[in-house]
Amino acid sequence: MQRLRAGKVSLDVTVWVLLVSMPFWLNWIGGYTSLGSRVLVMALAATALNFLLGFTGVLSFGHAAYFGLGVYGVGLTIKYLIPNTLAGIAVGVVAGTLAAAVIGALIVRLRGIYFAMVTIAFGQVFYFIAYRWNSVTGGDDGLAGFHRLPIATPLGVFDILHSDIAFYYFVLAGFAVSVAIMAALLRSPFGRTLLAIRENERRARFLGIPVDRHIWLSWLISCLFVSLAGAFYALLNNFADPHDLRWDQSGDFVIMAVLGGMRSFWGPLIGAAIFVVLQDYVSSRTENWMSFIGLFFVLIVLFFPRGVLGMFRRRASP
Amino acid sequence: MTQLILFDVFNGLIIGAFYALMALGLSLILNLTGVINFAHGGFLAVGAYLAFTLTPYIGFWGGLIVAPVLTALLGLAVERGLIRPLYGRDPLYSLLLTFGLAFMLEDGTRYIWGPATLPFAIPDWLASPLSSQFFFLTGYRVFMVLLVVAAVIGLFLILNRTRLGMRIRAGTLDLETVSVLGVNTRILRNLNFGLGIYLAGLAGVLAAGMLGLQPTIGSDLIMPSFVAIIIGGLGSLPGTLIGGLLIGVASGLTTVWYPSASEAVIYVMMALILLVRPRGLLGEEGRF
Repeated sequence: MQRLRAGKVSLDVTVWVLLVSMPFWLNWIGGYTSLGSRVLVMALAATALNFLLGFTGVLSFGHAAYFGLGVYGVGLTIKYLIPNTLAGIAVGVVAGTLAAAVIGALIVRLRGIYFAMVTIAFGQVFYFIAYRWNSVTGGDDGLAGFHRLPIATPLGVFDILHSDIAFYYFVLAGFAVSVAIMAALLRSPFGRTLLAIRENERRARFLGIPVDRHIWLSWLISCLFVSLAGAFYALLNNFADPHDLRWDQSGDFVIMAVLGGMRSFWGPLIGAAIFVVLQDYVSSRTENWMSFIGLFFVLIVLFFPRGVLGMFRRRASP
Repeated sequence: MTQLILFDVFNGLIIGAFYALMALGLSLILNLTGVINFAHGGFLAVGAYLAFTLTPYIGFWGGLIVAPVLTALLGLAVERGLIRPLYGRDPLYSLLLTFGLAFMLEDGTRYIWGPATLPFAIPDWLASPLSSQFFFLTGYRVFMVLLVVAAVIGLFLILNRTRLGMRIRAGTLDLETVSVLGVNTRILRNLNFGLGIYLAGLAGVLAAGMLGLQPTIGSDLIMPSFVAIIIGGLGSLPGTLIGGLLIGVASGLTTVWYPSASEAVIYVMMALILLVRPRGLLGEEGRF
């Protein structure tokens, strides 16, 4: 137990040291700074999904909808309302969270594959809105014509627009706060209750735990951070793509969580890093990258279902 | 106006028939094995393109008969090799696997047949309108509806009158008991999967005749099929059929008044159904 805890702390330290120092070694190993930001954004989304998937035991296959609402919330706000990065983020997160609250209330009583199917189907609503509402969202071409803006702080202007490295640290700060909140929630009695629901829902119900309300809250927290990730994603690309809302994107989040190990808190980060780098590499090498990503899905499911950290953990504990 | 409404309702009915055909296959697989087959649309595309390739040699009718069978054989192989190891595990894994498979099938068809839309030739006498007043009533559309009706009747006859169908229905209720009674459930699940994929292939050939061939043809049709299943109620094949027709007609009618909402309307319907009747129209309570 002592050793396990020590291992956990050293994993935490390693993760943060690597993340904070990433801009300094990423170029050296052949990456580029915005690839690092992309890893962070996807890691935030996958970690948020995993809050629901790995720690509450509820399978959502429609998280791209809330991610995409974050993306479009930022894009539309900066383009049409206020040219302010933080206001954009706020609108994106509120939009995603509100939609999640309403849809969550509709589906919270469903379980298992039924829940998964309904989340998939609901995800498509927002895709079609973005796809069809040409005059506002740009339709299939996506929403262009906005970009992130420097942030004025009391200490001076933080120029995230022109400096990729400044933007990386901006995203890292958001990532750190989000991850810290999620970790704290999981350590709290609320988080322990979620684990109890994951392990045995019926028993949890008999103990008088309002299971549906807990699942709804977990869903809401998860969607909140996913839409925050979407907001960062829009700022990263200075562009909103309707494909960010599509079911393919939801599947990507799930595979990241599974690939890294969905029973570990850092699993999704590792999965996201592997997935983003691989996708970047494959799509620059071949037109048929979809086949490779598809094959990747199949191989992970068949041969690697516990993920990277899942493997380690099995080896570590006899 | 009346004609316009009729046109859109009829169009919706045809689209609904597609959805139903596809959703019935999905539903068959889902009910017996608990696998959400994301790759169903991919199989549909494979069926369509196979028919396209075969038509010059064996004609439209030959393609219509052979292509779905070949697709079903591919389905049998996929179930045997990839999906069987996942039974009894978290449904997450079969979902992810078929998801990856959907990518591979879509990209595979794009690789082999190219990304451009290909025309799919149908016999001339089917392509002409039946009457000048109802210009939209081409022979092909009527033929399609009739064929879907025939396929659905055929499916329900198989399920209700044959030994295989009886076992599939029994297995849907309690696979373990069926297994204990001496039925080889591996073969049962395999054949059931093939039957579902056959329906996807058939829908593919029909869709090709109407929409032309595109690699994305399947992924465009799969989401409405999910909605059809949810509205009709998980676990109920008649429900799936009704759900498919219902959303087809609803999106057809929406096209009359507000075309850009024709896709979104089916999701609104789904939300309403979930609000008042979470198990769907004909779903059994507490099954899922």
